[in-house]
Amino acid sequence: MTLWIALVATAAGCYLLKYAGLAAPRRLLDNPWLRRFATAVPLALLAALIAVEALRGEGQSLAWDTARMGGLGAAVLALVLKAPFLVVIVAAAAATAGLRALGL
Amino acid sequence: MGAVKSFSLRSYLRSAAVRDSMGIGVAVGAAGLAFGTAAVAAGLSPAQSVFMSLFMFTGASQFALVGVVAGGGSLVAGAAGALLLGARNTLYGLRLADVLGWRGARRALAAHGVIDETTAVTLAQPDRESARTAFATTYAVLGSFWVVTTLVGALATERVSDIGAFGLDAVGPAIFLALLWPRLREGGGRNWLIAGAGAGLALAATPLLPAGVPVLLAASAALIALAGPSADPPAPTAAEPASGSGPASGEARP
Repeated sequence: MTLWIALVATAAGCYLLKYAGLAAPRRLLDNPWLRRFATAVPLALLAALIAVEALRGEGQSLAWDTARMGGLGAAVLALVLKAPFLVVIVAAAAATAGLRALGL
Repeated sequence: MGAVKSFSLRSYLRSAAVRDSMGIGVAVGAAGLAFGTAAVAAGLSPAQSVFMSLFMFTGASQFALVGVVAGGGSLVAGAAGALLLGARNTLYGLRLADVLGWRGARRALAAHGVIDETTAVTLAQPDRESARTAFATTYAVLGSFWVVTTLVGALATERVSDIGAFGLDAVGPAIFLALLWPRLREGGGRNWLIAGAGAGLALAATPLLPAGVPVLLAASAALIALAGPSADPPAPTAAEPASGSGPASGEARP
């Protein structure tokens, strides 16, 4: 139940953020500081999410998982080769599963 | 939607705006498979997964919230992280407002569709009419695919007993990587610095703070964007785009 509340609240918040942009006075965009900060936030957050999820261990600890890291390596390779989004994801999962099957 | 009125189906389908929109809509929408998978692996029900895809409808935020749930973290921190990531859609909306020029109910509906991909496709169009067509088409195709594939991924994963054996734990970070990649490639050294600082901060804080909070903390790395050379609007930098080489901001990080 708490999870549902969190989902509904987050969904409402996400919508309001989108709507605020479409409806806001345009000169907000002309503020270069706001624009630079807002452009940079996703960079920092996405990188943080990659790091935390890639190295997630038990509870709050960090852990190295060779198979998972190998999967991320496969994803990097696919990105360098300009593979489409879904191919990148499948490559990561497949490489991880393969390495794990090999006992890594 | 509105843009598609006076209308021969063939010329509609042949326009570049529509071709691009459909291609991106189908390709990206299919990634709902990955979301449904990640959501159920994190312990959400298929109904909750589909609810998120339908109403939140912004991939990075959805994955972020689900990641916090998977880690047993605080829902408040998870929601805050999702909203912070969703805040870039506000910026997209600011840019799209002029291009689309919609008001009232149409604008309220369009707002739901403001995400990375619809913005990219729409801003690439040469005029308002094709921008509207591109937005509406991408939104419709991507949105419906995203919801349907979320359901498929969720139901399929419910039947998978061992998440690890299928490598599904690598799906989350791989998705964030794919979302981050283009930003790193176009942004130069400063973007790498911001990303590195964000990752370092989050890792350093992970053992100390509840799950979800370290990622929030990482947002402060975005302050690096305000430091350094091209920060001053009055400077005559119009000719030279932000080729942000790092050394000016001495923030090499953990």
